[in-house]
Amino acid sequence: MVVELVENSIDQVFQALADSTRRDIVRRSLDGEHSVSTLAHHYPMSFAAVQKHVSVLERAELITKRRHGREQLVRGNVQTIRGAYEQLEQLEQVWRSRIGRMEEILTEDLNEGALT
Amino acid sequence: MTVTNVLKDLDALTVTVTAEFDASTERVWQLWEDPRQLERWWGPPTYPATFVDHDLTVGGRVTYFMTGPDGDQPRGIWRVVEVDKPRRLEIENGFADESGKLVVDAPLMIMRVALTERDAGGTRMTIETSFASRGDMDRVLTMGFEEGITAAMGQIDGIL
Repeated sequence: MVVELVENSIDQVFQALADSTRRDIVRRSLDGEHSVSTLAHHYPMSFAAVQKHVSVLERAELITKRRHGREQLVRGNVQTIRGAYEQLEQLEQVWRSRIGRMEEILTEDLNEGALT
Repeated sequence: MTVTNVLKDLDALTVTVTAEFDASTERVWQLWEDPRQLERWWGPPTYPATFVDHDLTVGGRVTYFMTGPDGDQPRGIWRVVEVDKPRRLEIENGFADESGKLVVDAPLMIMRVALTERDAGGTRMTIETSFASRGDMDRVLTMGFEEGITAAMGQIDGIL
């Protein structure tokens, strides 16, 4: 899983999710397949602009795309989204251990105080 | 338990960690203000940090490197956005190149630190860490973004 995430380029996932339209596309496409043209109706922008957002998401593997006749169907990729969440969890762990080390330094103060 | 609360917001790409210490806000502030104390907690034991420049004023720069078990030395940089001693600190944290300059294509994180005095004594510290949007996404995407990220990914384990 970790190897998968690294290959998947975690930062790309975050960059892709940093845009509200793209987050909305991901959210909608998690409950089933949507065509790009259906999705495009939801946003005040051109079809081409929505398509561009979709390809950023596809590149970050947050969605998968397949052709069905003339339509392009988009579906959210749960695994990648879970991966993004795991990144936040990793960040949480980083801070937990930093805070643990801070606590050690502060505790040393107390012990030193007690000695003098 | 030192850490009292953790909030993760996937939309805002933010993790907020709250901790409580039996020390004054001034004392906790020193952990950030004094580079020698900072390097005792910033990096994990496997990647200890050495701070080089440490200018904790608005617009100031803080640079550091970490030394890994194989002698690799990923570099990081902070840009100080806001300082209100001993209460608030806002920092942008990015990757630096050999010369200590910010690597533009690498991920940038924003840290907001707030220290408040607890009624019961001691300090409550809240740290909000967000992955920053780099704006101008299209430009970055057409600029060999993936290559930049692959290089930065090698560093991220060390920085985190």
